[in-house]
Amino acid sequence: MRRPTRDSAESYRKITRRGLIVGGGMSGLVGALALRMRYLQVEQADQFRLLADENRINIRLIPPTRGRIFDRNGMTIAENVPSYRITMVREEAGDVEDVIARLSKLVTLDPEELERARRDLERLRGDTPVTIADRVSWEDISRVAVNTPALPGITPDVGLSRRYPHGEAYAHVVGYVGPVSDRDLERIDAPDALLLIPRFQIGKIGLEAKREELLRGEAGTKRVEVNAAGRVMRELERQEGTSGKDIQISLDNALQTYAHARLSEESAAAVVIDCETGDLLACASTPSYDPNLFVRGISVANYQALLENEYRPLPNKAVQGIYPPGSTFKMVVALAALEAGELDLTETVYCPGHLEVSNRRFHCWKRAGHGNVDLHRSLRESCDVFYYDMALRVGIEKISEMARKLGVGIEHDLPLTSVAAGLAPTKEWKLINRDAEWVVGDSVNASIGQGFVLASPLQLALMSARIATGREVKPRVIKSIDGVEQPSGVGPSLGINENSLREVRKAMFAVSNDRRGTAYSSRIIEDAFRMAGKTGTSQVRNISSGERASGVRRNEDLPWRQRDHALFVDYAPFDNPKVAVAVVVEHGGGGSSVAAPIARDITLQALYGGDPPLSAYPSKDRGRIQTQQEQLRQYRPGPTGDESDRA
Amino acid sequence: MSYLEYTVKTTPAGIRKVLYFNWGLAILLTAVAGIGFLMLYSVAGGSFNPWAEPQMKRYALGFVAMFMIGMVPIWFWRNMSVLAYLVSVILLVAVELVGTEGKGAQRWIDLGVMRLQPSELMKVTLIMVLAAYYDWLPMSRLSRPLWVIFPVILIIVPVALVLRQPDLGTSILLIMGGGALMFLAGVHWAYFAVVIAAIGGLITAVFRSRGTDWQMLADYQYRRIDTFLDPSTDPLGAGYHITQSKIALGSGGWTGRGFMQGTQSRLNFLPEKHTDFIFTTLAEEFGFVGAVSLLALYALIIVFCISSAMTNRDRFSSLLTLGVAITFFLFFAVNMSMVMGLAPVVGVPLPLVSYGGSAMLILMLGFGLVQSAHIHRPR
Repeated sequence: MRRPTRDSAESYRKITRRGLIVGGGMSGLVGALALRMRYLQVEQADQFRLLADENRINIRLIPPTRGRIFDRNGMTIAENVPSYRITMVREEAGDVEDVIARLSKLVTLDPEELERARRDLERLRGDTPVTIADRVSWEDISRVAVNTPALPGITPDVGLSRRYPHGEAYAHVVGYVGPVSDRDLERIDAPDALLLIPRFQIGKIGLEAKREELLRGEAGTKRVEVNAAGRVMRELERQEGTSGKDIQISLDNALQTYAHARLSEESAAAVVIDCETGDLLACASTPSYDPNLFVRGISVANYQALLENEYRPLPNKAVQGIYPPGSTFKMVVALAALEAGELDLTETVYCPGHLEVSNRRFHCWKRAGHGNVDLHRSLRESCDVFYYDMALRVGIEKISEMARKLGVGIEHDLPLTSVAAGLAPTKEWKLINRDAEWVVGDSVNASIGQGFVLASPLQLALMSARIATGREVKPRVIKSIDGVEQPSGVGPSLGINENSLREVRKAMFAVSNDRRGTAYSSRIIEDAFRMAGKTGTSQVRNISSGERASGVRRNEDLPWRQRDHALFVDYAPFDNPKVAVAVVVEHGGGGSSVAAPIARDITLQALYGGDPPLSAYPSKDRGRIQTQQEQLRQYRPGPTGDESDRA
Repeated sequence: MSYLEYTVKTTPAGIRKVLYFNWGLAILLTAVAGIGFLMLYSVAGGSFNPWAEPQMKRYALGFVAMFMIGMVPIWFWRNMSVLAYLVSVILLVAVELVGTEGKGAQRWIDLGVMRLQPSELMKVTLIMVLAAYYDWLPMSRLSRPLWVIFPVILIIVPVALVLRQPDLGTSILLIMGGGALMFLAGVHWAYFAVVIAAIGGLITAVFRSRGTDWQMLADYQYRRIDTFLDPSTDPLGAGYHITQSKIALGSGGWTGRGFMQGTQSRLNFLPEKHTDFIFTTLAEEFGFVGAVSLLALYALIIVFCISSAMTNRDRFSSLLTLGVAITFFLFFAVNMSMVMGLAPVVGVPLPLVSYGGSAMLILMLGFGLVQSAHIHRPR
């Protein structure tokens, strides 16, 4: 059938009309689009241009090189070595497991580290680089670098990592660095942007932590053009940061490693101080641990082993450990009594082997008693009763005042972790902390360095140095910063009567040079280097009267934890003091038999600046000393071993 | 109704058809496609691969297809309309069953030689079937409810199938294209008023249903709407596309950053830079001048189509030509609105410029029909 013409014409008109309406609508929309373009591209162009620049230009931090640490002679104690690592970006990798599988064919991956990386890959944003393997060898990293086209998302990366070539010997003083943890960030109010770099290393403990702000340096920046995936396309501008300051510490590497080796397996600490400047020449605490383990992240098993070790390798016993000083405290009491005018140099006290004080019997270590004892003899033979009597005469306040004057019981300002204050007790202290009145028995106990008195090996060495010089010697650990010498620890005079000091020194000389002295067997034969010292044996448990009646058990029969601490303090040479030494051997036994020989060896080592000639030792000891020296030489890394270690 | 209605004698025949070919339209299309090649070359970092070269081959193929279709008399295509529509619907059903997934949606049928997107084909065949329907329908019945419902069903069936894939962009394009054709045919305006009111109600319902058991859209579609309404809420997530594309557009300024100098696209800040967001690269590199030039070319193509339709006294031809023009318009209008932050991000390519085989080929088929209508118009 044919369509009527009228219909066809009407249809044509309708389509034309509607077509024009639609066409008008379309042109309206096209106009709107053009206006929008004008708005975006002309009116707002500047703003968007800026945004586009911000988009593509990214400011990246350049981590500064951490300051190095040297010993007083310029030996490297902490350095930065190139460290290669392999990182992965999840977004670029695609199939993570597939890439890891391919990667593991090229290099061996640590399963523990891999597990951690897998967790991070899931947890963190897809564009964050996650370390898959750290401290990769040069061979491995080059193998990965060659194969990167087949390993999407994998980047071989080079950075600097901390290394401690001497390992254990400096773990306690220098400490170690480690990757910033969430806890570290919480601790700091306004963290440096650097700390947000993944696995950025900061000082965790010891000097590394205490002088973090010196060692870290300041970050540089580089402006780079990046794409949306964050991949750097090119570098536009670079502003180098400043590297951290190099620190020279006062320790002497030869002496420190010797002291560390000499203490060997004992749970012990030794401190050597330069009498004039207060420089810490050695500061050893054993057993120790390898700080390098912490830099790369210590394994749980290793850390657990350190925590569970009965000898507590982690704390720095030389400054953190506080012990009853025992008889080494007697110089303090003697000087307090002399200064107070309660004691005459010629005066004697009768020692029957014990002293009755308010219905309690205090025993002298020598049950038979010393008889009539003057100051000289009381130190030389370490008579306890003499000091009980002094305590009754002088009182605790004056004793503690003298202790603090000599450096015991006060906190010294050292850039080391947890420097302990020790304790020189007062009546007020006991009232506040023990909620009890001070009784006279407390003074008696304190007079022989027991009871409440506590001192760290550092404080004991300082005491020895202050007695030797009569000056307020202050300890110093940082010798220079970036070559700038730091103020030394030479202090003003203590203001103690020189005659009193001379008597005490003479008595200390007798301790290790008089046939009747408690440390005579550990004397130094070499006339130029004669040593003055004092032994100490401090109890860590109470001896009951029943026990005393049945005979005190010998130290060796007791469990380790209950044995006495062995202590020894000394300075040498006697007439021109150079070094002051303190040695504490935890639960080591007697001060004269255990601590004194160690202190003597370390003193000689310090005075000679190396292994001393055998002629410095008493002739009957020379054979034993010779084998000991040979053994210790093997134990310490020699200069050649050191070089190869560094390469 | 047969082809005898056409005044066959006055239509050109044989080789003379080539002279009656709408060469102006062909040149405009080629110019737009040329801009596409240029941009694809640029976003590939100054390389014909991987996009510009295949795109040129496809355009050549599409141009040949347009020419061939244009040579075939329009009455043949009118008679094929119903068949073409049915085939498209069957393909849409088939895609449900055997389609391969692309970008989280089932859209493709792999034919081995090329991957076919039946929803694209539907855009042209729906126009064809509706044009044929209104060509057949006497004017007196045009606005009768029964005769209005039938074309609505013709539209609803493919829209429902496309929505199931799910492909919101194409669904909307189909509804708008089909609706526009009904409007052009002369259906009473009251129907459209009712539908527009209903859509308003539906949009309210869609938003109200969010989070309830009868939620009407997929979560990702809701998120797209959210970020359209306020892109700054999620600048690195879902709002990323809009924010980055606006930055690219805006930073172009008056004359742009220069060919291949667009930092946004070159540094990969632009998503889908070779497909849906290619306009941003053009706007960034050639600025306002470049963007408006492309818009003008598009507008000219529409003008050519409308003028061809207006001078064509055959109802099928004229409806078909207008329908193709409207579909083409919807493509670029929706795409440009989307990249300029005027419409939500729905996957609609920039016609003839975006990289992609199906869409380009289908558009060229549509313009082939327009050519056929132009050549074989009653004189």
